[in-house]
Amino acid sequence: MNDKMEIMNGGKALMKALEKEGVKEVFGLPGGANLPMYDELFKSNIRHILVRHEQSAAHMADGFGRVSRKPGVCFATSGPGATNLLTGIATAQADSAPMVAVTGQVPVNMIGRDAFQESDIIGMSNPSVKYAFQPRTVEEIPEVVKKGFYIAETGRPGPVLLDIPKDVQQNEAKVTFPEEVRMPGYHPWTDVDITNIERAINLLLSSEKPIILAGGGTIISSAFAELQSIAEMLMIPVVTTFKGKGSFPENHPLSLGPIGMHGHAEANKIMTEVDCVLAIGTRFSDRSVGTFEEFERNLKIIHMDVDPAEIGKNQTAQVAVVGDVKASLRVMLKILAKKALKKSDGNNWLKHVNEVKDYWRENLKLHPGEMSAAKILRKLREVLPKESIVTTEVGQHQMWASLFFDAIHPGTFFSSTGLGTMGWGFPAAIGAKVARPDVAVVDIAGDGSFNMTENSLATSVLEDIPVIVFLINNFSLGMVAQWQRTFYDRRMIGIDLKKCPDYVKLAESYGAQGIRAQSLDELGKAIKVGLNSDVATVIDIPIDPEEDVLPFVAPGTSLKDMILPS
Amino acid sequence: MWAILSIRVENKPGILFKVTHLFRARNFNIDSISVGVMENPEFSKMVITTVGTEKQIAQIVKQLDKMIDTIEVKRLDEKESVYKELALFKVKLSDASDSAEINKLANTFGAKIHNEQENSLIVELTSTPDEIKSFEESIKSFDILDSARTGVTAL
Repeated sequence: MNDKMEIMNGGKALMKALEKEGVKEVFGLPGGANLPMYDELFKSNIRHILVRHEQSAAHMADGFGRVSRKPGVCFATSGPGATNLLTGIATAQADSAPMVAVTGQVPVNMIGRDAFQESDIIGMSNPSVKYAFQPRTVEEIPEVVKKGFYIAETGRPGPVLLDIPKDVQQNEAKVTFPEEVRMPGYHPWTDVDITNIERAINLLLSSEKPIILAGGGTIISSAFAELQSIAEMLMIPVVTTFKGKGSFPENHPLSLGPIGMHGHAEANKIMTEVDCVLAIGTRFSDRSVGTFEEFERNLKIIHMDVDPAEIGKNQTAQVAVVGDVKASLRVMLKILAKKALKKSDGNNWLKHVNEVKDYWRENLKLHPGEMSAAKILRKLREVLPKESIVTTEVGQHQMWASLFFDAIHPGTFFSSTGLGTMGWGFPAAIGAKVARPDVAVVDIAGDGSFNMTENSLATSVLEDIPVIVFLINNFSLGMVAQWQRTFYDRRMIGIDLKKCPDYVKLAESYGAQGIRAQSLDELGKAIKVGLNSDVATVIDIPIDPEEDVLPFVAPGTSLKDMILPS
Repeated sequence: MWAILSIRVENKPGILFKVTHLFRARNFNIDSISVGVMENPEFSKMVITTVGTEKQIAQIVKQLDKMIDTIEVKRLDEKESVYKELALFKVKLSDASDSAEINKLANTFGAKIHNEQENSLIVELTSTPDEIKSFEESIKSFDILDSARTGVTAL
């Protein structure tokens, strides 16, 4: 018998294993089937952050994970507790965020008997997790935790579910904590593919109108410096996907901003002209590229991604470089440095790109009101320190943030881009603030989306995790309203939220601070109040409900069909 | 395009569910599936035949490979591998001469006769899906009361 073996119950084994992974906080809500693990959580050094709905626990863990690049942990009970986590788990999966979700399950001998609060969460979550474990014995717990964290944070990150039956939490056994685990079918990292990197360089250098398209993978692998060095060395303009926003400073002379459905006009215009794209860590989502066939027409694609299954899924790559993009870009830089090749910064392509950029930055027609989306978001950028972290909800405000809020400091902009989960931004901001208490965190919100998880105000206030909710309030489900105005001949249905609730009073009722800002001056002051406050601040900013997000590439069309403000 | 995929997986519960779920969720088709434990009982071998474009099949292989439970995913070359399926047909015997005729047909295809009774018999044929199809065609003139197939397995 191994002398490292210790006798303990499953709940304690779980806490010890989590502590060994460096977990200091968990977001969760207790219930019948996870009481034994909560009892051990009580005795552990891990901080519990109580939520008011499990979906928010998952989003908080997600926000924590994206910012810290270590899995965020959320706890829920069986049945409805577990199913409430699902939206948050699917959101993390769609955006490759590291997360470990721990659910209670009914006792082993009750599984399959439709017990009270039993749900087959392993079956339900299968397509939305990177992996799921259901340990049936106490002895398995240390190993599945170790495996779970390893899977969640390596390669292309994602959510892992640990579903632990109640008796497995309660029973005692002799357990050991492995230093290493073996998974013969899991190979998250591959060697740097030098051959294809060389081919990529040749293709890039032989092209006349190249561009770099930086996706979310650039942020996940923190390839910020490498991306910037390559862009500057070759003087190639940079566009991003929406998820890639924040991978390249948007005030940089080579930056054109995000492409896509609500991309920058100049980015979409230029994207239709390029002959070669170096695509880094992107799945070529339909929201980024429009129709797949049109995007790849006349375009040579160099595709770098850690996930081999992304190569050729949505776009056909002429050169594919599989592997961690940071490592690949580093090798690319080394080879380029040896070549001592420098494209002159006066080349015709770049000159043209800059002309297009200057034109659209000067001539894009904006909403004329004082409290237009562009003006309020530019005010936020003006007042907010560059290192502050921004999350968004989902809807018009999110796309306005994409258009009008420049992400300057690397990895400071996060959004539910893949699943498009309304209600994500606020709890994610709380999770982000837990990961980075030293910087301000702002949730750029819309009223419809904030509505969905606004009870996280209780968590923010009572757990002393102050964030700012920058609530762009158009009293409606604005994006749906825009589509009804644009595609359904103004037959408006199901979009009017009236002025309910009053967000200032709502914030105050939770013990948070509520400020209504009706001018840019008031707004600037309110942001400063929020930045200096030690409680959550909701800034309610009423805007014109008729303001559309433009430019707009309609679904099922291509970037060249972009609709511009008239 | 028809493809034979050979997938070595960890022999653990729930993996068949995950593999079939992957096909459904990614909008791929399963033409046939067969699973069995390997000589090392830690592993099982799944053989799945599927139909799709070249691009789709390449994507299926990559998605299967990405699964943590899969150890090895291979697309087998039809010409260089052995692929077989076992089929059973329960055939009605109406006339006195039927049995002899079916036996003759079975001989031609290398099939075996089982469970011969007064009114019916069972034919077992192990062959390629195409051969099984043509055998099925040739015994259709007799009444096929029931049939079952294992799906393709291959090496």
